Amino acid sequence: MLSYIARRIMIAIPTLLVLIVFSFLLMHLAPGSPFTQERAIPPEILANLEAKYGLDQPLYVQLLQYIKNVVFHFDFGPSFVYKDRTVNEIIANGFPITLTYGVLSFVVAVVVGVTLGACAAIYQNSWLDYITVGISIGAQVLPNFVMAPILVLIFTLMLGWLPGGGWEGGQWQYLVMPVIALSTSYMASIARLTRSSMLEVLTSNHIRTARAKGMPARRIILNHALKPAMLPVVSYLGPTFVAMVTGSVVIDMYFSTGGIGLAFVNAALNRDYSLMMGVTILVGALTILFSLIVDLLYAWIDPRIRH
Amino acid sequence: MPMFEINNLSVAFNTDEGTVNAVSDLSLSIDKGRSLAIVGESGSGKSQTAFAALGLLARNGKATGSVRFDGAELLNAPLKTLNQVRSTGISMVFQDPMTSLNPFMRVSDQMAEVLIHHKGLSKKDALRQSVEMLDAVHIPDAKARLHYYPHEFSGGMRQRVMIAMSLLCKPKLLIADEPTTALDVTVQAQIMDLFGELRREFGMAVILITHDLGVVAGFCDEVLVMYGGRVMEQGPVDAMFDSPSHPYTRGLLQAIPRVDQLSPTLKTIPGSPPNLLSQPAGCPFAPRCSEVQPLCETTRPALEAFAEGRLRACTRPVLELAS
Repeated sequence: MLSYIARRIMIAIPTLLVLIVFSFLLMHLAPGSPFTQERAIPPEILANLEAKYGLDQPLYVQLLQYIKNVVFHFDFGPSFVYKDRTVNEIIANGFPITLTYGVLSFVVAVVVGVTLGACAAIYQNSWLDYITVGISIGAQVLPNFVMAPILVLIFTLMLGWLPGGGWEGGQWQYLVMPVIALSTSYMASIARLTRSSMLEVLTSNHIRTARAKGMPARRIILNHALKPAMLPVVSYLGPTFVAMVTGSVVIDMYFSTGGIGLAFVNAALNRDYSLMMGVTILVGALTILFSLIVDLLYAWIDPRIRH
Repeated sequence: MPMFEINNLSVAFNTDEGTVNAVSDLSLSIDKGRSLAIVGESGSGKSQTAFAALGLLARNGKATGSVRFDGAELLNAPLKTLNQVRSTGISMVFQDPMTSLNPFMRVSDQMAEVLIHHKGLSKKDALRQSVEMLDAVHIPDAKARLHYYPHEFSGGMRQRVMIAMSLLCKPKLLIADEPTTALDVTVQAQIMDLFGELRREFGMAVILITHDLGVVAGFCDEVLVMYGGRVMEQGPVDAMFDSPSHPYTRGLLQAIPRVDQLSPTLKTIPGSPPNLLSQPAGCPFAPRCSEVQPLCETTRPALEAFAEGRLRACTRPVLELAS
């Protein structure tokens, strides 16, 4: 098991390097530069700026320099747009925020989604099932950029219960709406996935055996059915977790939470090369990490794929 | 009163295409320590009879009639009643040992939970008795193998585990649903030998569901032949093999390949099993019957006694067929 994990981490290194090279080249292929503005900058100033950030060097020199800084100094460079701030600082400020509301949303989505989906499957074709399926479809087609203003309308403007935005160190009042807005559609997907997977498991032969053995219904669901029913859900959860903890531009915009979701989009719009690269590497590393975690979870659930 | 008794059991499934009548008006009974074979082609309703008796039908299935075990009604009984009978009164061994054991649980947990739940044993005692039972079904090195996962056993070994699990609470009746169908021929014989041995040892009654008449001859006291969800013929095994009285039974017996009668082609019953979506007015076997008469197409023959302990559902005179 340990050697397997070590091997997977070894593979992650070249994967990340390839990711860096491709993103770097693609980013520079796109027209425009961090200093492209509506009002043209005089050529002398532009030349000075480019020299300062090393953009006057050939592309491969820039790339090698960038990789060297990242690998040996863990330095993602200065932001091209936010003066006096490094990419390390921006990520260090924004990532804990998105991580907080992302993890919370993830937990809510998984707990509520799995419970609803499992109950809907167990009581198939009952009112509970119909309501769950109905709500799931509704929540899945309701995008968070519609959800967020509706929440603000109800809880801030009409009821006056919750602040309409801000972070304030992550106090609970500021977390409620971002978490609801971010988790709803994921929760709906998880519920639907759990329901269909549970329905399939409940008709499988080994569940029939458990029933024939006279095991109580509760034990059959919890000990016999839940684990196999989670397999397809787990493979969905890996990328979902990464998407949730790396933030959402919609959440950051509507609720002014200050996470890196908004920073990432702004970086792309502003051609903030170093910030874009920084966030891309963060998302890439997390994706690799969580696909490894999903594989380990798989092996934990299903003994047949352990080697 | 027989220990286990099914009366006028019918099983129907609601499907998108219509109602499938898997079992129609079936009755059988079995006494303590006896053995009964239910024989028939795939889709004849053998398995569904057993599932209905233990309350294991699929959600869209509906059973009517009566199933009594030790005098208590089981059919459509509350789950609590059923769970008290399952394992301790009636146990079941399924056809496919590859999928019938839980692939996600160690054999130890799957076996121990039966004893913990039904007998209130501690985990330690449950595991000890599980090892003894694995020994009884001749699994070598049972103590170590107890903690294996099902996929770490071969097919035959898995079926032994399944059998051991079904016997943990010493049931009075064991229903074995095609226990050897998914296994190699050599393993089949071993498993049937094991059943015989365990029957002598534990003294339980056995209902053996099979399509293999060869297995029936050496193992069972009585045979019930099913076709299209109905009983065609029923009686003691020797009498039925000596003088099969229903054309379907005769077809089945002739279809057993024999080494001493070399023939370039295997004998079959022409045609295929009936579509249970539509109930024919006459005998369900009529479309494939070699002895078919116009009457067979319009009148469904009743299951009637024609000799001591023998029943059959056929309009043709017994003597005419025996020739």
